[in-house]
Amino acid sequence: MTIFLQATVEGLSLAAIYSLVAIGFVLIYKSMDVLSFAQPALAVVGAGLISSLAVDRGVPFWLALFIGITLTGVLGLIVERTFLRPMVGEPVFSVAILTIGIDILLRTTLDNWIGLNPRYMGDPFPTFGNFGSAQFSGVTIKYLEIAALTTAILIIIALNIFFKKSKYGVAMRATSFDQEAALAQGINVGRIFGLVWFIAGILAAFAGFFITGGFNTLSQTSFVVALRALPAVVIGGLDSIPGAVIGSIIIGLTQGYVAYYQYDFETITGITLGNGFSLLAPYIIMFVILVLKPDGLFGTKEVERV
Amino acid sequence: MLSVQNLEVVYQDVILVLRGVSFEIPKGKIVALLGSNGSGKTTVIRSITGLLDVQNGDITKGNISVDGEDITNLNPSKIVEKGIAQVMEGRRIFSELTVVENLRLGGHTNSANIQNNIDRVLDMFPALKDRQKGEAGYLSGGEQQMLAIGRALMSEPEYLLLDEPSLGLAPKLVDQISVLIQEINKQGVTVLLVEQNANMALNISDHGYIMETGNIVMDNDSQKLLNDEDVREFYLGLNAEGTKRKSFKDVKHYKRKKRWLS
Ligand SMILES: Nc1ncnc2c1ncn2[C@@H]1O[C@H](COP(=O)(O)OP(=O)(O)OP(=O)(O)O)[C@@H](O)[C@H]1O
Ligand SMILES: [Mg+2]
Repeated sequence: MTIFLQATVEGLSLAAIYSLVAIGFVLIYKSMDVLSFAQPALAVVGAGLISSLAVDRGVPFWLALFIGITLTGVLGLIVERTFLRPMVGEPVFSVAILTIGIDILLRTTLDNWIGLNPRYMGDPFPTFGNFGSAQFSGVTIKYLEIAALTTAILIIIALNIFFKKSKYGVAMRATSFDQEAALAQGINVGRIFGLVWFIAGILAAFAGFFITGGFNTLSQTSFVVALRALPAVVIGGLDSIPGAVIGSIIIGLTQGYVAYYQYDFETITGITLGNGFSLLAPYIIMFVILVLKPDGLFGTKEVERV
Repeated sequence: MLSVQNLEVVYQDVILVLRGVSFEIPKGKIVALLGSNGSGKTTVIRSITGLLDVQNGDITKGNISVDGEDITNLNPSKIVEKGIAQVMEGRRIFSELTVVENLRLGGHTNSANIQNNIDRVLDMFPALKDRQKGEAGYLSGGEQQMLAIGRALMSEPEYLLLDEPSLGLAPKLVDQISVLIQEINKQGVTVLLVEQNANMALNISDHGYIMETGNIVMDNDSQKLLNDEDVREFYLGLNAEGTKRKSFKDVKHYKRKKRWLS
């Protein structure tokens, strides 16, 4: 039971990270019909900014966190304005390729800065030593995991309120639904696109921080974690925010349970799944769900066939 | 006055659709713009409201002005801020959003008065008031047209451009819409009414323009157009003896073409 709970906690905290990236992905897809493969890059660039401020420049941790996350939002906005705005109306496939290019550009720049030694994010509570952890009847929960979960939940609630109550939130939904009719209402659709990328950048930076915080550190391979939001999005259906969250939970929990139960499974059945199977499992699940339901669990929009 | 001078519009760099269209909408009037399928009526509205761009269309000649101020090629949000609102062809309500959210979107450029305007529009349309929290997609066709008109009024426009508001509505609802347009006009809104239902449009408008393949081929007082032989023959479905067909039902219904970018 303890192991089960431990696996669940770890799975859910991964789900929180994935859902932050996944929601950004879905927001962009819904409003612009762009499949953005640049989200993982934004996540690690966000982490890089936080680390460079908090560790290299000695900016107080919370301030560094705030600035790093905001700057990543601004970076998202710049990416949209310079690379994607001119591509409006181009085929989904070409734009997707472009985002892969953006991903590579951002990550190479970041990798040059990271170098070979992993980077730390700084520590909000120096006395706890790298964020520390709490014990609940045998289950260890890292403060970082608690932070990831509460942040994700708060962000989801905040986005919900934003989409229901705020002028720009409603305008964003309208733009996703019918861009031309949104223009006809006087909505500045370009500004909406910028806003979407700003939000997606902020969400990615939060994810980047939770991926690399504590002992995890930022290295040249950290983006792979954020990349796992992709199967989550595909499972949920590219254009559904609840779908993105549920997809993330499915992926996160799968990964958690496989990590903890793979050894038992292998000893009982005698089948060897191999090292790091928990990292492969999300893609297998994605494959199975896609075969059963090509539009994902909650998807409605059909992606242009390429 | 909203004035369109010698307007030429090309889609996709090669398809010439408007070939020098000129007309005027004097303040306080209702002007009708008639014409058969594909004559370019919607393109005229898109040109005025800045929506050509999304359709890959360009104004290659001519200009558009309101009260002497040139507004050619301004972006759509600027046009709305200049006091020009439109009811798009096919209503184009945001069917996944609620009735009130649709109205709020119509008031996107006019946030200051938004609550007053919502109340005002809901009072105009009791049917919408009862369903204000409901998803707009569940409204009937007539109610959706009311919503589209109400949404356009949210920006408190001086000029209202309506693109075939009677499309697909039962005769009774068409009557209702035409009364409504007159009402809106009486409250001081200048109206451009694009219609295939020439009878309805000419009966409530002051002046009418008739388009054919990208040209204005005729224009006159609406009353005079109503009595014109050719107009009666081609646009009103009246035969030479002048006996009116029994009802709107008998006027041949035309098939909708597939919408671009819908
Ligand atoms: N986005 C577009 N790209 C290319 N051609 C277009 C586009 N939109 C309209 N057209 C063409 O321009 C011409 C005028 O179209 P428009 O929609 O303005 O006519 P309309 O008078 O509004 O017709 P209807 O009564 O059917 O609405 C038509 O031949 C149409 O096929
Ligand atoms: Mg039309």
